[in-house]
Amino acid sequence: MTETTIGTLSRIAGSFVTAKGMLNAKMFELVKVGEVGIIGEIIRISGNTSIIQAYEETEGIKLGEKIIGTGKPLSVELGPGLMGQILDGIQRPLPLIADKIGPWIEKGIEVPAIDRNKKWQFQPIISKGAKVTSGDILGVVQETPSIENRIMVPPEIVGVVESICSEGDFTVTEPIAEIKTSNGIKEVLMMQTWPVRQARPYKTMLHIDTPLITGQRIIDSFFPVAKGGIIAVTGGFGTGKTVLLQTIAVWIDADIIVYIGCGERGNEMADVLERFTHLKRTDSDHPLLSRSVLIANTSNMPILAREASIYSGITIAEYYRDMGYNVAIMADSTSRWAEALREISGRLEEMPGEEGYPAYLSSRLAEYYSRAGSIKTLGTKDREGSITVLSAISPPGGDFSEPVTRNTLQLAKVFWALDFNLAHRRHYPAVNWFMSYSEYTSFLEDWFLRVDRDWQKLCGDARALLREEEELKEIVALIGADILGDKQRGVFELAKMLKEYFLMQSAYHPVDVYCPIQKTFKMLRTLLKFNEKISTAIDSGVPLQKILALPVKVGISRMKIVPSNEFDSVNAKLTADMDEQFEVLIQEAREEKNND
Amino acid sequence: MTKSNKGLTFFTVNEIEGSLLECESVVGIGYGELVKIITKDGKEKTGQVIDVSDKMTVIQLFENTSGLNIKSIGIRFTGDTIKLPVSMDMFGRIFSGVGKPIDNGPDIIPEDYLDVHAATINPYSRLHPTKVIQTGISVIDGLNTLLLGQKLPLLSGAGMPHKRLASQIVSQARVPETDEQFTIVFAAMGITSDEMVLFRNDFLKMDAINRVVMFINLAEDPAIERLLTPRFALTAAEYLAFQHDHHVLVIMVDVTNYCEALREISASRLEIPGRRGYPGYMYTDLAMLYERAGIIRGKKGSITMIPILTMPDDDVTHPIADLTNYITEGQIILDRSMFKRGIYPPIDPLICLSRLMDKGIGLNKTREDHKQLSDQLYYAYAEGKTVQETAMVSGEKALTNTDKLYLKFMERFEKEFINQGYYENRDIETTLNIGWDLLSILPESELARIDPEILNKFHPNYLK
Repeated sequence: MTETTIGTLSRIAGSFVTAKGMLNAKMFELVKVGEVGIIGEIIRISGNTSIIQAYEETEGIKLGEKIIGTGKPLSVELGPGLMGQILDGIQRPLPLIADKIGPWIEKGIEVPAIDRNKKWQFQPIISKGAKVTSGDILGVVQETPSIENRIMVPPEIVGVVESICSEGDFTVTEPIAEIKTSNGIKEVLMMQTWPVRQARPYKTMLHIDTPLITGQRIIDSFFPVAKGGIIAVTGGFGTGKTVLLQTIAVWIDADIIVYIGCGERGNEMADVLERFTHLKRTDSDHPLLSRSVLIANTSNMPILAREASIYSGITIAEYYRDMGYNVAIMADSTSRWAEALREISGRLEEMPGEEGYPAYLSSRLAEYYSRAGSIKTLGTKDREGSITVLSAISPPGGDFSEPVTRNTLQLAKVFWALDFNLAHRRHYPAVNWFMSYSEYTSFLEDWFLRVDRDWQKLCGDARALLREEEELKEIVALIGADILGDKQRGVFELAKMLKEYFLMQSAYHPVDVYCPIQKTFKMLRTLLKFNEKISTAIDSGVPLQKILALPVKVGISRMKIVPSNEFDSVNAKLTADMDEQFEVLIQEAREEKNND
Repeated sequence: MTKSNKGLTFFTVNEIEGSLLECESVVGIGYGELVKIITKDGKEKTGQVIDVSDKMTVIQLFENTSGLNIKSIGIRFTGDTIKLPVSMDMFGRIFSGVGKPIDNGPDIIPEDYLDVHAATINPYSRLHPTKVIQTGISVIDGLNTLLLGQKLPLLSGAGMPHKRLASQIVSQARVPETDEQFTIVFAAMGITSDEMVLFRNDFLKMDAINRVVMFINLAEDPAIERLLTPRFALTAAEYLAFQHDHHVLVIMVDVTNYCEALREISASRLEIPGRRGYPGYMYTDLAMLYERAGIIRGKKGSITMIPILTMPDDDVTHPIADLTNYITEGQIILDRSMFKRGIYPPIDPLICLSRLMDKGIGLNKTREDHKQLSDQLYYAYAEGKTVQETAMVSGEKALTNTDKLYLKFMERFEKEFINQGYYENRDIETTLNIGWDLLSILPESELARIDPEILNKFHPNYLK
């Protein structure tokens, strides 16, 4: 890396500084501004003056101070040591900053993202003389107990392995192999850098056919997530976006999680950090952090770093995808990111588009979301990896017609609409079952059929029931409840049971927090069976009151808190009890009829 | 290369427009630097560099520019950014929005000078709030619990008793695990003189004045000063919390006035307006204030924040309220219709939220039934409201027997749980028990959010 003085400051106005004498400036080159060395990006060049967007507060910077050029655009470092890190939007490790200067982040602080001194045990898996191409794996490093880092030939290098280190401990900046290419011999380090605004290359995009199970019943059954998909989680403040996203981050069956706190609350971020550090899934011995990368750029941290944070995050996600992992990346929230974009655009005095957002909002969103997908990676041997993007959107006033929501929905295939009314009743996750959708459902048919051959019917019947309740509600609101027969009252009761016992799920209950997909469908089957039974019983003249007093109803209400290893036996007993109890009721009704 | 011009006076002003001065640049001016403006008669005004280039420097004056003359005003660059002199003698004192004593008392002897634009707290160094503050107000403690280190705004409308409520919280709130009262930092922005007297008298009456530091920017003070008021106040709060281990409660009133000032200053700088004319950076600007609340690992003190804002037209989707809610950890909203019905505090729990609540309540914290009880009360009250709407549209005949019980619950809930006296200080135990009493109106089968074990332990039907 060559760092040279390339100009001097001639104007400072907020986070925008102008520098003169910048003959060697390149567009989007990363520079350091002033004595304290605030990081900035060149965003406009005219003659020998450049306009630089500073990533931190410029207060205290003086006229005539120097600009240092780094010669490359905003990039992230990729290599062993990233996993388990907590970074800010421009990849500075927050724990190291805290160790170095205490609890407040001072401007201009420089700490490399990846520890230069730490030695990693490298194990080669390729030998001298092998022909390699970009993406081929040279060797592996156990990065954390849960994740093996596969050291790849960096993009744009093709050739023959001239030399490779034998097993041993190396730092990320020591060369571990030499490759003879048509342009001479290239050294390969365990670390590479990559410009964040440029997507990393892959071979081909794959068809979407596998879901990522989240353990949330309403999501896995009604609005499933596909591996490599794009999901928008939308809702006004207080509808539970953050809790839902965090719960999913813990339980989704991806290999690696990249979690971006983008312009959100510091205290909430502290909670995320704590949870990721301590929380272990029941199926793992290691805390979640050992397979996650966290990016925290809270609302009071520099706005430009907030804008950059989602790109930093997705570049890191791509790096692990290229190794052949399934990565889920979550950004909370992209509305805050879009606001950063708007703020920057406003300060640049660009022509505002809708609601003050710049006209390029939709293309920027597209640039981000197009990096999602299930792919075949570069390299001689076939490897598959994927990035699933989940984004929280916080529309002002909960209005889904605003630009960020609308433009995102042009790209996202899954929409979870979080509902104020449900949240007010403390019905969480407050996913509205009428407004939400998943366009992946049809792609995932084969996979779900293998779990439960009736899954479409189960979900269809359940949703039909909810619709029926909604229609009945309208009628009741107009002409009153006293016209309802037992059959219609039964619909209300069952819809209520479906909501309370199935759709509602507690993020704080040790069992309920995660529901395996098999259990989800089984629960649905039992509930719908209860519904059928109600129908037949009422037809046979059993009053609804009696049905609702059946002891089996309590069992149904507690299905969700039955641990999954006991569920099958509990459920079998429940269905048997149900048959029996209904049989008694119907028998009684018949006898009564006969007595009359 | 860079040198300071400290101490030199320049007579290079070219233009005065509104509260902005434009002068020729001199070498080494820093962005954000504090500037002294010396008028003809020797008086000093202060300003700040907001734009500096080779050719010219723009200075934002913190006071009005009337009477200034281009030829005769001198400018002195201080080489320093805006700082607040701090000391433990600040208690009981009243300062202006820019940190000058306005209570006719002497200047304080500073222990230190602190930059009012504090550096950002590293999210990694934050400790997540887990301790409940008992405010003695049922609807807050029971349903929207406030935790130590949280920022929870009171959203109100013109004429509603938010100030009274704030006073009540100040007087009743206790630091968790101790019986100590909070240290109060009070930041008033754009309030009237009589309101200031009112607050002061309140603090005097409750014998709190010696643990209060007041920063007052009155309605007639310059708008730019209003932008600095909360920054000065928060700097004082940080000094008390993180250098002197105090548990500080910061009350900011009224954030709406602050945002109006932000809009005014932005317009005067000809910036491109965002939603409803407020500058596009309002979210970030507010975040810079609100995010100064919290607890830091390794520090004994804490900052808890209650910003108060009056929503124009009671509109919660107004940008000021909307952006605030996206930054703070929940919101307490005062409701006009409850206010009209004479309920105090007129807080509609359905639209309120404390995001951190779940971390602070439960077994060994408040009581094991707290979470489930609160969820059930929420559900029942929401259900009661729905029933009420149905009854309004289609009359009582549309109601089932259970519906009628929900209606009864709703009415008593408002009267007995939400409603309480200005001097009534309920502990959390009492609050929860009132909740149980009210729930017993409903049939047990309706209490689906409560586990049977909890029900058996706390439901009045099972209590001896």
